[in-house]
Amino acid sequence: MSDHHHPTGIKRWLFTTNHKDIGTLYLWFSFIMLLMGGSMAMVIRAELYEPGLQFVNPNFFNMMTTLHGLIMVFGAIMPATVGLANWCIPMMIGAPDMALPRMNNWSFWILPFAAFMLVSPMFMGGHFMAGQGPNFGWTFYEPLSGQYGKLAFFIFAIHLLGISSIMGSINIIATILNMRAPGMTLMKMPMFVWTWLITAFLLIAVMPVLAGAVTMMLTDKYFGTSFFNAAGGGDPVLFQHVFWFFGHPEVYIMILPAFGIVSQIIPTFSRKKLFGYASMVYATAAIAFLSFIVWAHHMFVVGMPVAGELYFMYATVMISVPTAVKVFNWTATMWRGAMTFEVPMLWAVAFVFLFTIGGFTGLMLGVAPADFQYTDTYFVVAHFHYVLVTGALFAIIGGVYYWLPKWTGHMYNETLSKTHFWLSVISVNVLFFPQHFLGLEGMPRRIPDYSPMFADWNRISSLGAFVFGASQLLFLYIVIKTIRGGEKASSQVWEGAEGLEWTVPSPAPYHTFETAPEVK
Amino acid sequence: MSEKKYYLPEPSYWPLVGSIGLFTTVFGFAHALEFHRDNLGGHLTMLYIGLAILAFMMFGWFGTVIRESEGGKYNAQVDTTFRMAMMWFIFSEVMFFAAFFGALFYARQLSVPWLGGADPVTHQYLWDKFSANWPLLHNPDPSKFASPKGVIEPFGIPLLNTIILLSSSVTVTIAHHALKANKRGALTFWLLITVILGFTFLGFQAHEYYEAYTELNLKLDSGIYGTTFFMLTGFHGLHVTIGATMLTIMLLRVLKGHFKPDHHFAFEAASWYWHFVDVVWLGLFIFVYWL
Amino acid sequence: MSASKTMRSLIGLLGTVLTFAPTVAMADYGLNMHKGVTKISHEIYDLHMLVLWIVTIVGILVFGVMIYSIINHRKSKGVTPATFHESTTVEVIWTVIPFVILVAIAVPATKTLLQMSDMSHPDLNIKVTGWQWKWEYDYLDNGVHFFSNLAKSSLDAGAEQVGDAKDVDNPAIHYLRNVDHPLVVPVHKKVRLLITGADVIHSWWVPDLGVKHDAIPGHINESWFRADKVGIYRGQCAELCGKGHGFMPIVVKVVSESDYKSWVAQQKKAEAAASADVNKTFTKAELMAKGKKVYDTICAACHQVNGKGLPGVFPALAGSKTVKGPKEEHIHTVVDGRPGTAMQAFGKQLNPVDIASVITYERNSFGNNDGDIVQPSDVVAFEKNQKSK
Ligand code: HEA
Ligand code: HEA
Ligand code: CUA
Ligand SMILES: [Cu+2]
Repeated sequence: MSDHHHPTGIKRWLFTTNHKDIGTLYLWFSFIMLLMGGSMAMVIRAELYEPGLQFVNPNFFNMMTTLHGLIMVFGAIMPATVGLANWCIPMMIGAPDMALPRMNNWSFWILPFAAFMLVSPMFMGGHFMAGQGPNFGWTFYEPLSGQYGKLAFFIFAIHLLGISSIMGSINIIATILNMRAPGMTLMKMPMFVWTWLITAFLLIAVMPVLAGAVTMMLTDKYFGTSFFNAAGGGDPVLFQHVFWFFGHPEVYIMILPAFGIVSQIIPTFSRKKLFGYASMVYATAAIAFLSFIVWAHHMFVVGMPVAGELYFMYATVMISVPTAVKVFNWTATMWRGAMTFEVPMLWAVAFVFLFTIGGFTGLMLGVAPADFQYTDTYFVVAHFHYVLVTGALFAIIGGVYYWLPKWTGHMYNETLSKTHFWLSVISVNVLFFPQHFLGLEGMPRRIPDYSPMFADWNRISSLGAFVFGASQLLFLYIVIKTIRGGEKASSQVWEGAEGLEWTVPSPAPYHTFETAPEVK
Repeated sequence: MSEKKYYLPEPSYWPLVGSIGLFTTVFGFAHALEFHRDNLGGHLTMLYIGLAILAFMMFGWFGTVIRESEGGKYNAQVDTTFRMAMMWFIFSEVMFFAAFFGALFYARQLSVPWLGGADPVTHQYLWDKFSANWPLLHNPDPSKFASPKGVIEPFGIPLLNTIILLSSSVTVTIAHHALKANKRGALTFWLLITVILGFTFLGFQAHEYYEAYTELNLKLDSGIYGTTFFMLTGFHGLHVTIGATMLTIMLLRVLKGHFKPDHHFAFEAASWYWHFVDVVWLGLFIFVYWL
Repeated sequence: MSASKTMRSLIGLLGTVLTFAPTVAMADYGLNMHKGVTKISHEIYDLHMLVLWIVTIVGILVFGVMIYSIINHRKSKGVTPATFHESTTVEVIWTVIPFVILVAIAVPATKTLLQMSDMSHPDLNIKVTGWQWKWEYDYLDNGVHFFSNLAKSSLDAGAEQVGDAKDVDNPAIHYLRNVDHPLVVPVHKKVRLLITGADVIHSWWVPDLGVKHDAIPGHINESWFRADKVGIYRGQCAELCGKGHGFMPIVVKVVSESDYKSWVAQQKKAEAAASADVNKTFTKAELMAKGKKVYDTICAACHQVNGKGLPGVFPALAGSKTVKGPKEEHIHTVVDGRPGTAMQAFGKQLNPVDIASVITYERNSFGNNDGDIVQPSDVVAFEKNQKSK
């Protein structure tokens, strides 16, 4: 089988059915999206550097915010975790490839088209700064989004993203449930595989609901339905319910794989087994379950009946319990281990600290009366960047450093990557910590200009942002350099690494496990 | 069979063709919606080209799969993969319908009653002339959304359609049993009956829509009743069409001699899909037409 | 080893952030939530501090353990890793403890939430409507009614001037935070707000009053406050509502009961005067002066002060067909708006005098030189004519 004649050049990437190739495609796609979404964040931070409108007009600013959020969520974080899943899951469970290799290719190759659909209106008609791109926030609340002139492009872009995610998730579930090597029982699977199994389930459950939401928008705008219009008996708030039924699980879709990555890295560098493996699995499942029944904590001020507010408050704060279990288990894994701090470990440790801070502010937001003050302010922005940037993104970067030697066969440059880490971890806190203060002081989110009372912290935040942004260019350089060459990596790569992926050579051969390994 | 290795397909261009087809379809549609809304029909060329590419892709891709399958390349594990994939796909469809059922329940239980007085201030200051009822025959603002004159009675055609669809679920099961017992004649017969029932259902549904539009003034744009009615039954009808098409293809394959008593995943997938469509209909019949 | 040095500075940094951030937040540096001037806002503040303290303490404990472990349980210290990797007992303990903490938080939170939703016995009812991009206030008990826009002076006060702003009256200090007509309410009275939206969702937020509620088109949300202190309280729209979202501030003036009474009387008088003006004939200069004011506060948000609009988004008025065309069409556009665009029906928001003057202004500015003027009576006639149609 291994003497397949593979197409080379561009055809290799267009037609590939190999999980490693597809994983690579996903990872590069997400990196490009990170740069795009990040550049938009730089525009935002530059405009907010001081009061007054300096660089862009308010409509363009809204477009930046919207596309930044959408691109980061759907373009950077999600595809990155899918890319890691593609690369790692078959190797971790001893499978020859993903269960449905052709569909795997399709899941990826929908994405560039979807991204194009999403941003294409930016370049339609008029001049660029006038901005015809989506400008209604990544949550695209009706009826504001209904006023947007190129709504159909946006809607179909979301449909395409949904199709891609659903197919990708079906593939992952089928792979995990059906392709494990003999002896690889469910409760022996690496945590990363577990978290992805549950994430895939979440995706299949909620992406169709998102598709439903945008379909309702489509018919409301173009075919006269009245889902979100009180004049016909509907309700704009209905949109928010449907959206957040997707949206809340979505944030766990972004963080669960990150939990999985960290749960691989910490035991490796602590030279100690993951503490409380079973409870980690149950906690992940509990988080996933709870994520379906807390959505309206994003809607405390829309005017729900008070019984609803109470229920959603109680359910929301409950999510802290299984998440606490995870944090405690990571801590217990490090406890009395023999730790070393190679670069992946640095990112993982930073993740545990900083994600927890984001979780803490999440708990604060979950307390409904207080959320009346927090909601739609920079406090929320600070919360979700702590969980998304220092949470999901940090874990992904850590994961990339962790598996990069396995993918490329080379070690990364130690000095450069440590520099990358320290620059990032310091600047990211300069970037996002002050945003807590801004929010508490009363600065709403999604505004292009603000009163001088918010000037100081905004300036500091922007400075942090520029440094953090520049540091990620260093990351790009390190990755390319490692692909090109570097110290040869062994199969095991890390002294404490355990698991099937560390039994095959580095770089991992094009086809791993043509005959299934036996797992004891 | 199960000794054999898991089948890993060669690189394939079908997925990319599919992406291009999808993109052409939706880009064409979006373009028409945004730039030619006054004359949609005349500007759907790109959409049709996209759909044609998609159809081409389906033929090609499924054709390849059928060839591989009939050529004995799949082992039992591959079969399990297909089964799982189909099950989870149906689950995703269930969730898609759930969104629309959710909207229906929200409108019936919350938003319409609120406007009608369950939320006293909203009623008093914004909609004091509106009273809540279901089916909603008087919209909150009839000048924006013309109210329907009536709704479809549940115990006429809809009941008949319920019986038709339920029977077709039975007949497809009989056909399945016949396939497992290798009774090709019975298989063909019952499958044919199923397909006929499916298309009969669609015929009745079309008739019902015609009546709603021409006699009842019940339209997609006649307020939340028309909205939920047409969106739910419409998406269901679309799925019946897909299911009936799948079954028709199965019928053709049966006639060509495909499927074996122990190896007929495609047939099973189509019949699962058919049962799913059936169950959704039950929900529709109860919550949209009846209660 | 350099790794350990770097590790230590990480610990230092995180330690600083963790131990100081909450403490600093206590101080009155403008880092923390406002206590505000209502009972509810106080309770919210207390809840905020309660949870903040809890997570700070939990954080110190958890991070403390981690930091201890990072310092001591490292390979370079020659330790051999322990082998324990599960314990049902500890799992149960650290599941139950957070749960108990959460219950402790939920109890006061529930109490506050129930109070917030108690709408009974209001002293004053005000209907608040969010528009793109202004607020409309409708005093249901005494008929006072007005729109509240971002004050032109507050927008013009370039943020650059803030440096020289010595006193609080300097408009620069309230860049983007002043309105032309503040909401005026009496102190110590329970004010019930009926909040709704006219076009898209907005959110009425004044931090010091502890009120934030979404303004949903087609639905009314109720909220209330009882201010304990006379003063001026500022806030702004807190839900993305389009390009003017950052430019729709809220100012609430809490005044004494007697000041409130005289304010109401004054409003009534002004309204009466305005309706008398409808029958008056104005000179062109009067109309132009009034018109410029109205234009700059309302129309300029989209069409820009220079009348050039934003190409591709908001049409220019300079040289516009409508503006240079017949008067009737121009009046029609302003009064009824252009459905499906951002052009609103201003007939509902502005009185005939304002409409007449702004139309006159548009027809004779930005290089448009129609030369004609529109009198309030023209607008009234148009509206009458339309009704009879
Ligand atoms: C990765 C993504 C992610 C994650 C993991 C979370 C995690 C949590 N989030 Fe967050 N959230 C977002 C992404 C995320 N969030 C985003 C993107 C938004 C904004 C969307 C938008 O409007 O644009 C948002 C907004 C948001 C809101 C709405 C705010 C508003 O708009 O008003 C709320 C309100 O309840 C909330 C709550 C929570 C809670 C309770 C958790 C919990 O899961 C956190 C649990 C973790 C911990 C608590 C820390 C670990 C625990 C311990 C160490 C034990 C100690 C525990 C106790 C003290 C009990 N989030
Ligand atoms: C999912 C992940 C994710 C990630 C990774 C980020 C990353 C960043 N985010 Fe974002 N953000 C969101 C998700 C995310 N965000 C969401 C969902 C919203 C809400 C949107 C909404 O309200 O609708 C939001 C909103 C949001 C806002 C609020 C905007 C507003 O309310 O108007 C701000 C403001 O500071 C911000 C900043 C940043 C910054 C500085 C980064 C940085 O971490 C980015 C760093 C990366 C780079 C910079 C790229 C690499 C560098 C280059 C390409 C070279 C150019 C660099 C220089 C010129 C220095 N984000
Ligand atoms: Cu109005 Cu934001
Ligand atoms: Cu949430």
